[in-house]
Amino acid sequence: MTGGPSPVQEIRDAVRSRARSAGDVCRDALSRIVATNPQLNAFNTVAAERALARAEAIDRDLDRWRDAPLTGVPVAIKDNLCTAGLRTTASSRMLESYVPPYDATAVAHLEAAGAVVVGKTNCDEFAMGSSNENSAFGPVHNPWALDRIPGGTSGGSAAPVAARLAPLALGSDTGGSIRQPAALCGVVGLKPTYGRVSRYGLIAHASSLDQVGPMTLTVRDAAIALHVLAGADAADATSAPEPVPDYAAALTGDIRGVRVGVPRRLLDQGVDAEVSHALAAAFDALTARGATLVDVELPHARYAIPVYYLVSTAEASSNLARYDGVRYGFRSNPESGTRNQELHSMYAHTRALGFGAEVKRRIMLGTYVLSAGYYDAYYLKAQQVRTLILRDYDQAFGGADAVDVIAMPTSPTPAFRIGERIQDPLQMYLADVFTVSANLAGLPALSVPCGFTAGRLPIGLQLTGRRFDESTLLRIADAYERDTEWSTYIPPITNR
Amino acid sequence: MLAFAMPPGFTRDQVAAIAALAHLELDSSELDLFARQLGSILAHADDVQQVDTTGVPPTASVVTRHASERLDERQVSLDIADTLANTPDPDRSQVEGGFFKVPRVIE
Repeated sequence: MTGGPSPVQEIRDAVRSRARSAGDVCRDALSRIVATNPQLNAFNTVAAERALARAEAIDRDLDRWRDAPLTGVPVAIKDNLCTAGLRTTASSRMLESYVPPYDATAVAHLEAAGAVVVGKTNCDEFAMGSSNENSAFGPVHNPWALDRIPGGTSGGSAAPVAARLAPLALGSDTGGSIRQPAALCGVVGLKPTYGRVSRYGLIAHASSLDQVGPMTLTVRDAAIALHVLAGADAADATSAPEPVPDYAAALTGDIRGVRVGVPRRLLDQGVDAEVSHALAAAFDALTARGATLVDVELPHARYAIPVYYLVSTAEASSNLARYDGVRYGFRSNPESGTRNQELHSMYAHTRALGFGAEVKRRIMLGTYVLSAGYYDAYYLKAQQVRTLILRDYDQAFGGADAVDVIAMPTSPTPAFRIGERIQDPLQMYLADVFTVSANLAGLPALSVPCGFTAGRLPIGLQLTGRRFDESTLLRIADAYERDTEWSTYIPPITNR
Repeated sequence: MLAFAMPPGFTRDQVAAIAALAHLELDSSELDLFARQLGSILAHADDVQQVDTTGVPPTASVVTRHASERLDERQVSLDIADTLANTPDPDRSQVEGGFFKVPRVIE
């Protein structure tokens, strides 16, 4: 795919030049959402009135938005990012009627850039899962095959981008939750460096791993969105003061001399044959453009899944302690008005009814690994191995034979069927085998479409880069995208 | 270097004790389910226990540089009415005089 404006650019330029009104663009997006969402179940809330009012306000005052990077662009927001005055549920019964009094910084940045929020997207409850089946509002369906999962946890953000309902969605990624659904739905998903985008207003899952990022149809659109989202925020002490470069300007198409690391030993086992085949073809395309493939070793990567599930559940059990039924969210009131209800049983009963099975399982696991007597053996040990995983990447990116990026499949398999793994949490956790390391090490990583299976299921190529070097990731992915046509393929549901 | 023996599985009592720490009420079927699943998930973590981490510091956060500290100035915080608007009870009987109400703690 070469030349021509990207979908975000196309809408923005049309609205800016009055070739189309923001209101028209918005009505068009809303009508497609209304038509398609019953099959996808991608939206928890469609914000039709709010979106139209906002779009029409942009049309009325267009001079103000003449230079904005996202003027009139419809965006879908994962339902774990707070939106002032717009219900934000984290796909949990616990927050089913929660209306935040403030905006997440990432959402505020998008709106300040001219974007129009069209709705809040379904996800795994509190962003815990790998298939988007752990939602109080039911599973999201993959636009390429409605009986299959879209990936998780940002499956409700990936599906509408793939189905051309909105050209940009926000997701969050704690262990692959942007990249894996991007791969399984055939879109671009970028998890920025930890600290690159403010986490303020992101409903916390595992605070040392969580990061907000864009999901788009093209790499260029991801670059445009990241430029809007990135930057330090006084409201998030972990946000980074590093300057924000012009990511779109880095997309030169020139990747001559780029060194792409391939952890071959890691890819030996458990990767679906069609995924391996697509990956090999992607490597050929990169070398044809002048990149060099280099073998790298990540000796501790095989521990990434257990380390991730020890660290993330420990953090989650602490973060989710706030849901006690007192200040917001759901409260169980079995004997409301009587004197029999006791405070602690109110907490425990509220949490029993408000949380789903996977959230309870992770709270239990996290509570256990943090408990007296087990902390050193599990949590501390996992944090030490996290250091070793981090050092492996430092070695690969900074050693004598340094590489610029590391390439792997995003997911070891294409989208599996809804219900196929839901009874076996361990099988589900293994879906994250190639994605969790980037979160543990805080590195930027993206997934770009790299092919389809014979059964027309999308496959994603994952690139992981140096801290705060999203520009190199985006440049390589964009160059690859120029030589392929994957992003122009449209899922059958969109053609109906 | 392994100073800790893996529990082979969890009993219902152990699961109930963890649930009490987490303020989580579990029914009988959940006690059985989690007794089985927590054991099998943690068995997968057994490999991690075997890694030699002598002298390796733990990583709790990957932040290398924090955003500059902000001035210690008074700022506008959330409005009381906005904050109380999300009280769990729709008939607002759990809000009184600008406070959230909880079940009686002291008899």
